Amino acid sequence: MADYTLKVRRYQPEAESEEGGAAGPYWQEFNVELDPTLSVLDGLLQARDREDGSLAVRCSCRAAICGSCGVKINGQSTLACLTQIGEAHEAANRMNGGAKPIVVEPMGNMPVIKDLVTDMESTHWTKIRRVTPWLLDDGNPPERERIVEPESMVDITQTIACIQCGACVSACLSMEADPDFIGPAALAKAYRFVGDPRDVQDAERLYDLAQDPHGIYDCTHCFSCIDACPKGVAPMDQIMRLRRAAGGEGIDDKNNGHRHEAAFTKIIQKKGTLDEALLLQESYAAGVKGKLVPKPAAIKGLLGSIPTAIRGIRTGKMRSLRKLIPGIHHKLPGDAQDKVKGIYGHAEEHRTQLNLYITGEEEVEPEPDEMAPGALAAEAKLSAVGGGRQHMEQATEGGSETARTKDEDGDG
Amino acid sequence: MPSHDVLVIGAGLAGQRAALAAAEAGVSVGIVSKVHPVRSHSNAAQGGINAALQEGDSWESHAFDTVKGSDYLGDQDAIEVMCREAPEEIFHLEHLGVPFHRNEEGKLGTRAFGGASQARTYYVADITGQAIMHVLYEQLMKHSDAVDRYEEYFTTNLALNRNGECAGAILRNVRDGSMELFEAKNVILATGGNGQAWQPTTNALICTGDGISMAYRAGAPVMDMEMIQYHPTTLAGKGFLITEGARGEGAHLLNANGERFMERYAPNKMELASRDVVSRAEQTEINEGRGFPDGTVALDITVVPRKRIHEALREIVLVGRDFAGVDITREPIHIKPGNHYTMGGVKTDIHGATSIDGLYAAGEVACVSVHGGNRLGANSLLDTLIFGRRAGEHAAARAKRTDLRPPSKAQFTDEKAALEAIVGRERGSGHRISEIKRELGETMDGHVAVFRDDAGIKQALEVVKRLQEEAESAYIDDRGDVFNQDLLNAIELRFMLDCAECSCVGALHRTESRGAQFRTDFPERNDDEWLKHIELTRGDDGPQIGYSDVTMTQWEPQERTY
Repeated sequence: MADYTLKVRRYQPEAESEEGGAAGPYWQEFNVELDPTLSVLDGLLQARDREDGSLAVRCSCRAAICGSCGVKINGQSTLACLTQIGEAHEAANRMNGGAKPIVVEPMGNMPVIKDLVTDMESTHWTKIRRVTPWLLDDGNPPERERIVEPESMVDITQTIACIQCGACVSACLSMEADPDFIGPAALAKAYRFVGDPRDVQDAERLYDLAQDPHGIYDCTHCFSCIDACPKGVAPMDQIMRLRRAAGGEGIDDKNNGHRHEAAFTKIIQKKGTLDEALLLQESYAAGVKGKLVPKPAAIKGLLGSIPTAIRGIRTGKMRSLRKLIPGIHHKLPGDAQDKVKGIYGHAEEHRTQLNLYITGEEEVEPEPDEMAPGALAAEAKLSAVGGGRQHMEQATEGGSETARTKDEDGDG
Repeated sequence: MPSHDVLVIGAGLAGQRAALAAAEAGVSVGIVSKVHPVRSHSNAAQGGINAALQEGDSWESHAFDTVKGSDYLGDQDAIEVMCREAPEEIFHLEHLGVPFHRNEEGKLGTRAFGGASQARTYYVADITGQAIMHVLYEQLMKHSDAVDRYEEYFTTNLALNRNGECAGAILRNVRDGSMELFEAKNVILATGGNGQAWQPTTNALICTGDGISMAYRAGAPVMDMEMIQYHPTTLAGKGFLITEGARGEGAHLLNANGERFMERYAPNKMELASRDVVSRAEQTEINEGRGFPDGTVALDITVVPRKRIHEALREIVLVGRDFAGVDITREPIHIKPGNHYTMGGVKTDIHGATSIDGLYAAGEVACVSVHGGNRLGANSLLDTLIFGRRAGEHAAARAKRTDLRPPSKAQFTDEKAALEAIVGRERGSGHRISEIKRELGETMDGHVAVFRDDAGIKQALEVVKRLQEEAESAYIDDRGDVFNQDLLNAIELRFMLDCAECSCVGALHRTESRGAQFRTDFPERNDDEWLKHIELTRGDDGPQIGYSDVTMTQWEPQERTY
């Protein structure tokens, strides 16, 4: 047993302020006493049971299955039942430098109805319904089951694992900027059908989601949804898979992201380091060495990039103007370039889509005491992160295609 | 006033399946749920769903396993219906888009489960209930023109008409607190079980026996209420579920001496004996001092290949890590038997019809009875879907040949006044709702659990009766209309107390041991006197006891060993 303080963002819609009129939101602290391995939800329920029955929070299963108790804890969107109160307490102290209460707020990007209860219908569910969230099959099912690749079912199980808790929606930075963004949960739901071999309208779905200005190209690749997701759905990965599938369908990406990505990989493969000058050219006029194809979109894109390039040079992020002349770029020393190419070769051979339901772990693993020092350091960091535990777990298991790189950001 | 041919209360698997079936029959359908449908507790069904559809398997074999699992208390006509219709239901779900696990040929693949003579459990990793329920909700969204959804509407009571028929329901819109009378030709209860009357339990906070209590109060008999399943593998303290699929994949149960103790209790089926058998074995080990100091035994999943654990038991890896601090791929996890499932419920026929005209029940709220004294793992999802569909179809057919008979307005007025009275109780005047609920849960888990005896059950019944009185004056803090969860908790407490009382009365009355009911003072099964259901009907001074025969078709009772 230990004592904790929960600082809860409260809103009682029927309360009146002292001057009359509706009272606004306010903070209230609750002191609770419970085992550190119990959850923040257990703490909230204890406060409700013992102190104030009007404290509103949706909850049901207590075990991260029903998706009811999405909240922000110390600013991080998550499930209250999945966050151990001891860890949340340590995270609060670490963030604030000293004994500070655990801060609990309603989810973001949604209107608040009361206390920690948000209006998911007008936001989350409306967006889910936007992606035609049901199977569009050929209308002619066989007598028995459809025969499909076993891996295809495991693959979409990652998105089926979504419990519609809204944590990713709450954390989504793109949606903060563009409330109409279809968003991580609904787009992950869309992948559930695009990736399902029994759904026959992949192309229609992809065109629809690509042409919507608030669709798949509205994601800024910020990883927040991957961090927030309590079930390892990795919504951003699913959005990227939709983009790749769209590229495969020959859909024109207005943001040029598909070609930009291709330009990056091509240049590194060729030169080992990034040749920024070539990057612009390859992104906007790929395959036309030394000259630009005068497509209006390409020229507009190039011109639009100039201010960014100038800022880059000023701040030292890019090299001098002279070196921006295409073609002048240093080579890697020795056989380094061949090694880079080797990495590409390896990646090409291991092109399977990573999926937490398939990958799991290798059969034989070193015992903890045999671990390399680097691995131990990673373990230590893992346990120190607390709030960001979920993405760490994915990173160590290879559950997410992208979480590995995110780890370097050290956002814990 | 909302008006429907068929009004479904509860939107888990049984409710959603019933609504879709009724809509397909072309009648107007409404479905209400006190939580958003995808929050329903069917989510928690991890392991899978049974059906005999492999070559070499037969519905008769599935039915016999179910009859034997029920300790011969299950009604065999209903069990036959469920097992015969199972394969078609699985194909239907597959066609709707459930991503069932496939074998190497791309066909549906199975896993082994307890009490079954063949591997016939179909599954989606260990999120089978969640996957099926989300796919059904996709269908509800698709058919939104045919099914009206009322999400976050709390049903406080059934509405009857002058003839005593069910004619609708009284609901509170959780979001704004408004009370509404819903009119319906038929009501289908699909509100789930009452596990929250026990603490700890694997059941979600919403599993408070709403439908069982409402039907009981409306005059319908409830049946087999003494049959409460304790699941063999739950986390100590928190009560969270570790799927039977873990044992299906090969995990062992070990006592503190490292012995695979099931050898002594079920030498043939070992860990995959029926749940009542395994739970009793564990509790015996614990009671006789061969458990761990925290009152548990161990489940060793490390014998399952790690890749297979990650693919097939992913959720359990997370539960172990997040709620027990254990990496189940590396070390055994401590578990114990815990409250899990309500075999009993509102008595229905094989169409889901109760004894009240216009009132149906399906899923855990109902007692058809396909589970009898003990439910087999992976038969609950099947029960919800088969009898949900049948209730939906039957209610739709009945709607086509009946007229609306408006419910009583006086009852609606009384119900509103009753709720206002709860809100109006003086603060500090009595007990808090949460105190009463805690005492109820601890009492039931203490005395109406794996092992029971006369003195313990009587003590529990006395406590329940006292708590019923205390609940009458328990006060709440929230005076508001919007999301007044405090008020809803007070109503749920009343529901739970009804269910607990019936369970105590049934358990006390059945002086034999059968299925989940093990009386240490009557340790033998007694077919001569007790091969029958106990039915309870609400009377002025508590439940009135009646009996009905077990329906037998082709399986005579035998000695039950695994």
